[in-house]
Amino acid sequence: MKAIGIIAAAVMAASVSTLPALAQDAGTLKKIKDSGSVTMGVRESSGGLSFTVGDGKFAGFHVELCQHVLADIQKQLGMAKLDVKYQPVTSQNRIPLTQNGTIDIECGSTTNNAARQKDVAFAVTTFVEEVRIAAKANSGITSIAQLNGRNVATTTGTTSVQLLRKHERGAGIDFKEVFGKDHADSFLLLESGRADAFVMDAQILAGLVAKSKNPADFKIVGEVLNVEPINIMMRRDDPAFKKAVDDSLIKLMKSGEIARIYDKWFMQPIPPANVRIGLPASEATKAAWANPNDKPAEDYAKK
Amino acid sequence: MANWDWQVFCKNTIDGEVITSCFGSGGDITYLDWMLSAWGWTVSVALLSLAVALVFGSLMGILRTTPNRGLVLLGNAWTELFRNIPLLVQIMLWYHVVPALIPPLKGVPSFLLVVAALGLFTSARISEQVRAGIQSLPRGQRMAALAVGFTLPQTYRYVLLPMAFRIIIPPLTSESMNIVKNSSVAFAVSISELTLFALQAQEETSRGIEIYLAVTALYFVSAFAINRVLHFIEERFRVPGLIAAGGK
Repeated sequence: MKAIGIIAAAVMAASVSTLPALAQDAGTLKKIKDSGSVTMGVRESSGGLSFTVGDGKFAGFHVELCQHVLADIQKQLGMAKLDVKYQPVTSQNRIPLTQNGTIDIECGSTTNNAARQKDVAFAVTTFVEEVRIAAKANSGITSIAQLNGRNVATTTGTTSVQLLRKHERGAGIDFKEVFGKDHADSFLLLESGRADAFVMDAQILAGLVAKSKNPADFKIVGEVLNVEPINIMMRRDDPAFKKAVDDSLIKLMKSGEIARIYDKWFMQPIPPANVRIGLPASEATKAAWANPNDKPAEDYAKK
Repeated sequence: MANWDWQVFCKNTIDGEVITSCFGSGGDITYLDWMLSAWGWTVSVALLSLAVALVFGSLMGILRTTPNRGLVLLGNAWTELFRNIPLLVQIMLWYHVVPALIPPLKGVPSFLLVVAALGLFTSARISEQVRAGIQSLPRGQRMAALAVGFTLPQTYRYVLLPMAFRIIIPPLTSESMNIVKNSSVAFAVSISELTLFALQAQEETSRGIEIYLAVTALYFVSAFAINRVLHFIEERFRVPGLIAAGGK
């Protein structure tokens, strides 16, 4: 009987720990105030947006923005102390973990699109990503039309694959897709010559090129294949929390502080390797800062 | 869990429109088409690797039981080399490192490299089973065969192997089923098999649960089919009175 008692206690404990997830009606702000802590979802390696600097510490453009936002929320709630926990997430688990309450705010590199807006909410757009092509500098590739008959690398589990497919049909060209299991692997395909081009978010490409053995060997070329807003993500149907996050971000945009933070992560040398990504804010990113909005990627495509 | 959406498999992979027949035409493909092609890749990788593994595994297993110490050493070295390196690392070695050392291999399709990697990895495990099968036979059998004038190859062919292989069919069945499941690492080198399909399609459609359930079912069906085939072989080639036929 004692064993059964222990099991029952364990089951109870397990169900109690999932309670915050169920108690979403109360809102994230109340959860933060009651628990005195907040969990930030971060990425291990998402270029300058969100990455680990080792030792369980995380940094990047979106991470710093979130730290500003959470400091504002702490002030708004009148809390003396707010414990910020960092939880690494992946492309596969970030949406479920946001929905079930494991993380309260995700500060990574999540594309804001209409399909995802059915599951989660996005803060105002803080970064607009352009999908482009990286190729070897001496390959002579300068546009997507030249990729006919070539091997084109991209990373499994990203939206770039679908994009390539659309372009392939639209432009009437035929190329072979090679999949890397992660961005570093895809870049290795390009570096070792197994692929002639690597199609991915410009920000990620710029970061990989900057970190490669010979950055001068690679060039980011060609037309912009797609424009996607990359947003901070949170749970859906929590207007009070979304307003608090948006207000804080809009304040940074109006004051111009956001441009300074951007500069710090994309134009200056960043840890851990102290290399410079060197990617100036695109026109689309600046437009998003000038007119804060949370429009999905589909709205950008219409233009 | 009321909101299943199995129609996801009928969607076109380019614009996400549902196609009524569920199969694309004229160059368009649906997720169902893609999944079936991915299943084909999984089965092809698994079966070809199994063939490679059986050939090399049996050969190395036999070498390890011969009286020649050089051959025993070769068989042992082979087995230890391939079973002491993690499978994913071996795949990466074949894909990235070996072609860098031997440039002509750069032209070899990654499909063949994966078959080699998975086949040789499994051959080490099969070699161990073949060795165990041969050594489980009484020593007198080999001696008797040699005494009546069989050469060493004839001893293996007509006396030892027919019994050893019957004994090891159960562990070989497990190994053959493992190869189907292990073929999932091929996604790492851009083989468009079931795991790559699952990773990619769930990202594109946001219907991860349906996609993973379908992929799970296909893996189960493939592995179980191999189980049934080998079970049939086991029953069909059973020799009454032989140790392998013990239980029944």
